[in-house]
Amino acid sequence: MISYGYHRYPGRLFIVEGTDGSGKSTQLSLLYQWLKSEGYSVFFSEWNSSPLVKDTTKRAKKRRLFTPTSFSLLHATDFADRTERDIIPPLKAGAIVLADRYIYTAFARDVARGCDRAWVREVYKFAVKPTAAFFFRAPLDVAVDRIASARPQLKFYEAGMDMDWSQDEEESFKIFQGKILNEYDHMVNEFGLTVIDGTQPIRTQQRQMREIVSRYLKEKLKEKAVLAK
Amino acid sequence: MSEMKFYGTALPGIEIGTYPGKLIVIEGTDGVGRSTHVTLLRTWLESTGYAVLDTGMTRSVLAGRGIKDARSGHTLGRLTMQLYYATDFADRLENQILPALRAGFIVLTDRYIYSAVARAVVRGADPNWIRSIYGIALVPDVVFYLRVRSAEDLAGRVLGSGRGFDYWESGMDLGLGNDYYDSFVAYQKLLLKEFDRMSGEYDFQVIDASKSVKRVAIVLRRSIAPLLESEPVTAMAPAPKETLKLQSGTTEPNVSLGVGKSSGEKTKVA
Repeated sequence: MISYGYHRYPGRLFIVEGTDGSGKSTQLSLLYQWLKSEGYSVFFSEWNSSPLVKDTTKRAKKRRLFTPTSFSLLHATDFADRTERDIIPPLKAGAIVLADRYIYTAFARDVARGCDRAWVREVYKFAVKPTAAFFFRAPLDVAVDRIASARPQLKFYEAGMDMDWSQDEEESFKIFQGKILNEYDHMVNEFGLTVIDGTQPIRTQQRQMREIVSRYLKEKLKEKAVLAK
Repeated sequence: MSEMKFYGTALPGIEIGTYPGKLIVIEGTDGVGRSTHVTLLRTWLESTGYAVLDTGMTRSVLAGRGIKDARSGHTLGRLTMQLYYATDFADRLENQILPALRAGFIVLTDRYIYSAVARAVVRGADPNWIRSIYGIALVPDVVFYLRVRSAEDLAGRVLGSGRGFDYWESGMDLGLGNDYYDSFVAYQKLLLKEFDRMSGEYDFQVIDASKSVKRVAIVLRRSIAPLLESEPVTAMAPAPKETLKLQSGTTEPNVSLGVGKSSGEKTKVA
């Protein structure tokens, strides 16, 4: 098993992280459009997207079957399937892979739910280390407001209602997001995350992101992609 | 009472203390007769007045069905498979095994983490990685390893049972042989080696599974009896004998009941 930091592939892996409502998905889709228009072959990989695990996750959420440990392990299963199917093969082929949420989401969320920090990191040791990882940081109240206005109702696990922090959904969500944000802040140095200030205008954030991404792109990747077509 | 011990990092949010039940593991490769012995032990223990929960791989409410579906499609990647099994294990540990042990049940488990570790390592997983994941596992009161001498013996047993070779039990995903037989033998050889390696590490009680079912059953009972007798409630003692009237109206003759052991404990858990 090749572990974190030791994978060597010709492709590039860029990932975005951040609390709900930090604007990371918007930024990633803008980056995707740009890379495509520049002629690269780009693959997109989302959190919770494995067809093998999807039904189990859906059912477990609906019937509230999760404990913090099984929540963590089932998401790791989903991520393993994504890694084996959507991430490693395109990277081997020299493509660019963009991932909306990566292992750091699990580290933040599972530890906020009480899982052991070292244990969760060990579980995900098989993950490919990203070429660059962007952490879109938005203050807690901004993130909470964005989510509250975008969604009519919070989901049970999303709001951390399984943890009995508060009977009030919005209150519980705030507590949960606060813990998550705290974990992200710890990971900035641990994993060398690139922090992008999520309160800046969208275009400014995108400019910063493209500048960093372009440092890792070689003309070679592009030619290969063009020839492949 | 047994002290709760974990192999590594304990489950989050768990209260570590003692439990009145017993965790008994029956391990071994495919076809050694594990499930036969679990059934025999269950009958024996229940007739002696112990409440028994039996469990095994892919029997979790959470992930059992998902694993079975994925297996039948032969679409499981190696890492994905290891983690899916770990999810299944965690769910059973937290929702079946621990509650039953706390309630004083004897938990009989057909395989535990050792099969999962062996399968993962044989498939190229980092041995330390898979062991850390299963660090959440409770250290059992006893682990019986039903051992056969060779993979060829196993093949004979599997054929003798009339079920034939299964895709995953034959390790067909590993491409070790040209047909099911060759692959089965090569795969089970690797597994046997891993089990032998784990034997000391995890303190297996090795039982020669090439003996007759009856012999093996006797050895198992003899090894389990002292575990139960050390309990303050000595249900294994020959006297006093009472006839236990079950709620369903059926009468079980000569059920030994220890002092203070109520018939209410004889509840079965599905």
